[in-house]
Amino acid sequence: MVGTTDDIILQTRGLTKDFKGFTAVSEVDLAVRRGTIHALIGPNGAGKTTCFNLLTKFLIPTRGTITYKGQDITGAKPADIARLGLVRSFQISAVFPHLTVLENVRIALQRKRGDSFDFWNSEQVLKALDGEAARLVEAVGLAEFSRHQAVELSYGRKRALEIATTLALDPEMMLLDEPMAGMGHEDVDRISELIRRVSANRTILMVEHNLSVVASLSDRITVLARGKVLAEGDYATVSKDPLVIEAYIGAGHG
Amino acid sequence: MAEVTITPPAPENAEQADHSALHRTLFIGMAALLVVLPFIPVIGYPFFLMKVLCFALFACAFNLMLGYGGLLSFGHAAYFGFAAYVAAYTAKHWGLTPEVSILLGTGSGAVLGLAFGALAIRRQGIYFAMITLALAQMVYFFSLQAPRFTGGEDGIQAVPRNALFGVLPLGNDTTTYYLVAVIFFVGVLLIYRIIHSPFGQVLKAIRDNEARAVSLGYRVNQYKLAVFVLSASLAGLAGATKAIAVQLASLTDVHWSMSGEVVLMTLVGGMGTVFGPIVGAAVIISMQNFLAGLGAWVTVVQGVIFVICVLVFREGIVGVIGKWLKKPL
Repeated sequence: MVGTTDDIILQTRGLTKDFKGFTAVSEVDLAVRRGTIHALIGPNGAGKTTCFNLLTKFLIPTRGTITYKGQDITGAKPADIARLGLVRSFQISAVFPHLTVLENVRIALQRKRGDSFDFWNSEQVLKALDGEAARLVEAVGLAEFSRHQAVELSYGRKRALEIATTLALDPEMMLLDEPMAGMGHEDVDRISELIRRVSANRTILMVEHNLSVVASLSDRITVLARGKVLAEGDYATVSKDPLVIEAYIGAGHG
Repeated sequence: MAEVTITPPAPENAEQADHSALHRTLFIGMAALLVVLPFIPVIGYPFFLMKVLCFALFACAFNLMLGYGGLLSFGHAAYFGFAAYVAAYTAKHWGLTPEVSILLGTGSGAVLGLAFGALAIRRQGIYFAMITLALAQMVYFFSLQAPRFTGGEDGIQAVPRNALFGVLPLGNDTTTYYLVAVIFFVGVLLIYRIIHSPFGQVLKAIRDNEARAVSLGYRVNQYKLAVFVLSASLAGLAGATKAIAVQLASLTDVHWSMSGEVVLMTLVGGMGTVFGPIVGAAVIISMQNFLAGLGAWVTVVQGVIFVICVLVFREGIVGVIGKWLKKPL
């Protein structure tokens, strides 16, 4: 099932998270192959978001290891894994509300300068990044809003802005937490297309509820239920798996 | 305070384009105002003006942390007051010149800020505020218990105004006022630059959404500590300047109510605006000065104004004007 280890960009072994007697994630072995779109699905409460937060270090695992590009990142800090090229998005749209759309993207580009402790420099030095920021803003269809504050954007556009910001880091691997959550149909199509476009030369792991999106985008799917891996494979395989069907129907999902 | 002509609002599409022209006009207006202020009747007492400017700089330093870093410190009196003691002590007992005393005071604010900040940034929100308050109370009790350094209940009185750089005598209040005005102006310009620097951009991002800043690879605690130290140093600069200008460093400067007062000034003037804390400090100090006849009632009047501010215009005086002009001030 798993290819040569060179192919695997992100791997977990026995990943477990206990919350005071409740095991949210239990013994999860996950292997994400380089260059693929890998989806993590499962009914509500399956532990997807917990799993996601463990991978991005926003939660500390109780047991188990996480390896990224052969490097053990189990004990790394969230800011450090971002510096290794593993960048996450958030379920609730995570923009900087009082910065403009352009500044939102630029703050990510600013990371290329290394640390920005230079309080004595004028922000004019950041103008050098404006061109690239504008290109990214245009790529997600927000060019006409680039001087607006992010707080003024509609929900779908905030998600698009968030993806542009993530892309600005040029991450080797992107972790998307329910990119379609709360979106209308048009937005879903636009963001799907965007994800497909940016997945070239990148690895994407996403948690997603919208099964049609998962079906059309993902190369590989891991199904979680009650904190455990229930099934893994492509959409055709997974969707026929009786355990998966039962888990979804059992949890009240048609 | 900054009563200058304001350029007409730019057309809608150019909105948000660049406010630096407006800000430059306001700074030039402020500089002109600082020059002529001592000649204006009623408010033109250099002694009163110096007090206003020192507190305005203090409030601006505080606002750098609260308004742009999103960090509410409830112990800023510690840096202000301790620096005042250091400046007063070195001027009086070591006979140092004002610029050296003020620099030492500023440095003491920075050191204190580094030590306290390193502890406080480990927690967030109300816990952060409580830690800063607790640490500041320690400075207060130290000041109370170390009369040899601080003069205890009496404070350090009759701080001499030695000759600036050892050559320029600070004879009267007016000369000293211009020294204070220069320090104030340079301090506010520095804060403006910090806000509008690459560092300031990261700071605003952390204020807006800390988790997202982390996920972009920013080590946010280092930025928080940096702004903490900058803010404490500038609060120290304000306190040290005050000690030389007003010729007094006392327990009032390190008392927790001073920390409260700077919060009040910042909120009344407009948190997260460049000019708000200056206006806020002018309003509060003027009230204390001109309503002094009311005695203890000044506190009540202040309280009422604070409540009205929070209820009616939460953005503060300058915040409301900025919103009205659709420009950040």
